[in-house]
Amino acid sequence: MTAPLLQIDGVTIDYNTKKGNLRALRDISFDVNKGEIVGIVGESGCGKSTLISTILQLLPQNAEWKKGAINFKGKNLIACSEKEMRDMRGKDISVIFQDPMQSLNPVITIGRQMVDIQHRSTSPYVEKWQKAIDMLSMVGIADAETRLKQHPFEFSGGMLQRIAIAMALMSRPDLLIADEPTTALDATLEVEIIKRLKDLHKEMGCSILFISHHLGVIAELCQRVVVMYAGSVVEFGSVDEIFFNPKHPYTRRLIECDPGHIKERAKRLPTIPGEIPDLTEALEGCIFQERCSEIIAKCKISTPHFVSVGQNHQAACWLNHNQEPE
Amino acid sequence: MTLLSVSNLKTSYGKTTVLTGVSFHIDEGETYALVGESGSGKTTLIRAIAGLAPAQDGLILFQGKNIRGLSDRKMRPFRKDISLMFQDPVGSLSPRLTVGGLITEPYRIQGMNNRDLNAEAIRLLEMVGLPADMAGRYPFQLSGGQARRVGVARALALEPKLLLADEPTAGLDVSVQGELLNLLNDLRDQLGLSMLIITHNLNIVRHVSDRMGIMYLGQLVEEGTTEDVFHHSKHPYTRALLSASPKPDPHAKMDRIILQGDPPSLLKRPSGCEFRSRCPFAKDICKEKPEWNETHGHNVRCFIPLS
Repeated sequence: MTAPLLQIDGVTIDYNTKKGNLRALRDISFDVNKGEIVGIVGESGCGKSTLISTILQLLPQNAEWKKGAINFKGKNLIACSEKEMRDMRGKDISVIFQDPMQSLNPVITIGRQMVDIQHRSTSPYVEKWQKAIDMLSMVGIADAETRLKQHPFEFSGGMLQRIAIAMALMSRPDLLIADEPTTALDATLEVEIIKRLKDLHKEMGCSILFISHHLGVIAELCQRVVVMYAGSVVEFGSVDEIFFNPKHPYTRRLIECDPGHIKERAKRLPTIPGEIPDLTEALEGCIFQERCSEIIAKCKISTPHFVSVGQNHQAACWLNHNQEPE
Repeated sequence: MTLLSVSNLKTSYGKTTVLTGVSFHIDEGETYALVGESGSGKTTLIRAIAGLAPAQDGLILFQGKNIRGLSDRKMRPFRKDISLMFQDPVGSLSPRLTVGGLITEPYRIQGMNNRDLNAEAIRLLEMVGLPADMAGRYPFQLSGGQARRVGVARALALEPKLLLADEPTAGLDVSVQGELLNLLNDLRDQLGLSMLIITHNLNIVRHVSDRMGIMYLGQLVEEGTTEDVFHHSKHPYTRALLSASPKPDPHAKMDRIILQGDPPSLLKRPSGCEFRSRCPFAKDICKEKPEWNETHGHNVRCFIPLS
């Protein structure tokens, strides 16, 4: 077994805010192996965006690195200089963002933007242009040559997202980070993008870190899933384990809440009562305690650590500890 | 009893025809869901019903009275009975008014100042499950779910007969989405509301609506009871939409109809059946315009309906 492509180990980040220290990421650890699609699922405020900025080392000024390490291809990203990071971004690690309209420049043609993004390459302009044509056809945009001369407003949302994918994959990155890439799209286009990502993944073999709050999309695309809640990882495992054998109450509630899960008309839909805790306040014990329906005394006293609850499946919940000899 | 009946409604902006003749009705106490993708004209339709978008032709009968094309002044009395929940929960709330001010604004506009507005504010907040001290807060201090609830309170302040809800759960987390739908279901039962819900999320439609209509390029292509449409969809577009929604189950078998290409532009509508440019089952006959076929309340606009 080779070393994982991306190793996130105990990363803890605070934001200094007027209200005090906001604990945005708490002791986050997980790996992404070579060629693997890992899904991160979680609701607003769970720290998904902070996590991406952390991997890319693009955290805002008020972020404070408390502890942890990020290893990418054996290199510690924390120790990297800004120049080293800049060389890596967009080449070894690329990102697709939620809103394709906002990641493209509206007044420059698609072709020009696709050539510009190859600025590191020393090949002549014609070759870069040809590469842009090839990439566009690869993501299924017909008549690529004419299309390259058009501006972003001449494309539909689904096409723009495909262009964004083409641009992200242009440098054949080792890791592609997809931040809610289908959230802004309609259902029929959403499935098209997923299919496209699956095909490209097969073809290019890059690892994908796929971030979404949509369980259906995660179930369809990913091999492993990391569940996050309020800045913490609460459970991770293979996609089958997470969906069929969830061991953290939050994961269970989250799956129950997905209306796609309920086949017959329900008079009342399940919900998770309460709200995400105020992350600026110190909290003893489990992060999910206030909304958990299965709470036991220990949950209020100390933070549960991860324990193995199946093959390649770990959860941080005291309930699972009872089943094992201490 | 029919509460709202829309027939052959047409809307154009300049040369762009958005709605090309929409007809449907909503009974008293009924929830009707309109489903369709971006640009299918859902929002235009709901805004036209509320008198906020133009409608050049057709009828909008509310309790038997035509309200299409009424001036603002003549429309005002109807706004007590027809209220609208906007798509953007925070953007539709004035940032300079407190929650209390926002939810009692409808009373002031309708000249009902003789009421105890503070008491009304507290009553409304309680109705939508928000604490009374929320009345003093400003919209920026609310979470997405709370802002939605304020939107509901505001829309229901005047006890309307019809609630028009534009994407009521867009942008909400799944755990909160259920809360809002439960709230709407409860209030419907309590107040005897009729609702028209617009959404592109088919998963929620099943749990809230009695009947539903599917829109494509400004036209209904299929309509029926929610159960009928889910289990016996006839139009290829409906079938594709239903199959498109990813299930939270890694083993789910995907008999997917993947549509070719993108929705056509409203400026270049296909001739004949407007879905034929993307339809996997299109035949020669589809070059003609299909009629609206009505059979036992399950209606479809297709020459070769699926079985």
